[in-house]
Amino acid sequence: MKQPPENGRDDTAMRKARDAAMTAAKARVWFVSEVLPLETVLMQYIQRNWRNQSDVADIRQEVYVRVYEAALHELPEQAKPFVLTTARNLLINRVRREQVVPIEAVADLESLGAAAEEPPPDRVVMAREELRRLQLALDSLPQRSREAVVMKQVDGLSRRDIALRMGVGEETVKRHLTNGMRALANFLYGEPTDLRRKP
Amino acid sequence: MTPTMDLPDASAVEQRAAEWLEQRSSDEWDAAHDASLESWLAASPAHAVAYLRLEAAWNRTTRLSALQQPMRRPFAAPAPRHSGLKIAAAVLVTAALSIGGSLLATHQDHQTFATTIGGREALALSDGSKIELNTDTVLRMARGSEQRKVWLDKGEAYFDIKHDAQRPFIVMVGKHRVTDLGTKFIIRQDGARLQVELLEGSARIDLEDGKRAVLKPGDIAVAVNDAISVLKKPVREMTRDLGWRRGVLTFDHTALSDAVAEFNRYNRHKLVITDPSIATLEIGGTFPADDVALFGRAAHTALGLRVQARGNEIHLSQ
Repeated sequence: MKQPPENGRDDTAMRKARDAAMTAAKARVWFVSEVLPLETVLMQYIQRNWRNQSDVADIRQEVYVRVYEAALHELPEQAKPFVLTTARNLLINRVRREQVVPIEAVADLESLGAAAEEPPPDRVVMAREELRRLQLALDSLPQRSREAVVMKQVDGLSRRDIALRMGVGEETVKRHLTNGMRALANFLYGEPTDLRRKP
Repeated sequence: MTPTMDLPDASAVEQRAAEWLEQRSSDEWDAAHDASLESWLAASPAHAVAYLRLEAAWNRTTRLSALQQPMRRPFAAPAPRHSGLKIAAAVLVTAALSIGGSLLATHQDHQTFATTIGGREALALSDGSKIELNTDTVLRMARGSEQRKVWLDKGEAYFDIKHDAQRPFIVMVGKHRVTDLGTKFIIRQDGARLQVELLEGSARIDLEDGKRAVLKPGDIAVAVNDAISVLKKPVREMTRDLGWRRGVLTFDHTALSDAVAEFNRYNRHKLVITDPSIATLEIGGTFPADDVALFGRAAHTALGLRVQARGNEIHLSQ
């Protein structure tokens, strides 16, 4: 893995290994740019169709794993129908396995507009929206976490400097940062986008 | 797809992923850590998706630093009575608020639009024309005149111009002049080098010394000082060069050194090739322009390169 490419660039085995690695890199890019932005829709779908809300995060993760594994073989043409269909199949399997709710509960893909890709919003509006959303995400964090995240991401301070400024140990800063990361991801990907016009 | 999967608790995996991410952004990170993170990611797709998700959200928050930038005074001067290029006030306001901090300065005769590194800006003109500014770009616009004239002082912009034979649209780049003859084109200014790619229609370049070239679709004109040359390029590839309008960079058998130079236009964290022998390795794929880390990982997995964070730089070597 750590072997330098050297002159072995023409070597077919090496080339194959690289192709495989490139496929993985493409799957990662696809996952980040196409799948993650769908998380709000995915979460709504799972929440609507699954009674036990404490399972939702696990189900989301399982959907992601399946989608990502599929992308390692071949990138799906359209992310949205693919993700939602994967979610539906997975829920149906769970229903069958656990026999908790009737299968009819898992049905309404169309109401989520699974097939239709919306036109991309205006770039300027999107940029402004993003900044506002990031600000809201930041505001949603517990105070100490927010302080640590701002010092890290906005001021670019090291963990040690943050610890000094906050008057706590580095392990505590680590905890604030990791908690912050998780909460930010949940907010940025999981929360409904339509938060506008809140007083 | 197997009907039953034994997945570890999602929350535990996510916590571990957050710890990796926190550690990776600290100064104790080195090549050995890179290798162990890479093997943790490869161990299970559950690890990979949890990590990618947290990392993507975390990288987005670096944009918050835009909030720190001093906001210049927004456009407030009275609108010119009869301006050749009037911009809707709404556009000005949103431009001032947008990410990447488009800085607006007003001057008696000009409006100035600028993007910071990694920024992008779309301007809608009252005549129906559109201009999109790429990263690190400065564009000035004449106002209060009948002429449609802009100055590209720095950087790169895409022009989609509504042709008007009575009032040609003129882009000044240094002392050179590009005149639209009904057109979509890209202009990039890079020190003494001026490059014009024409996608549709026709445009004319006039150099200061009187040399001129009329461009057709698929033509790329490169002017360096007072020499000009026109090359051909498939329009499909030109469209690919416009990936920045969607926030992505696309490479296809691109030399690593060229890909690195492209990335560095968009990011404050600079990629540095510390080992000249790897500069000519080729790389391909489509990447988010603002995700240097992802590109670094692709370089690592695809080319077997060593990727090390060094302050504000990311070093690539054998």
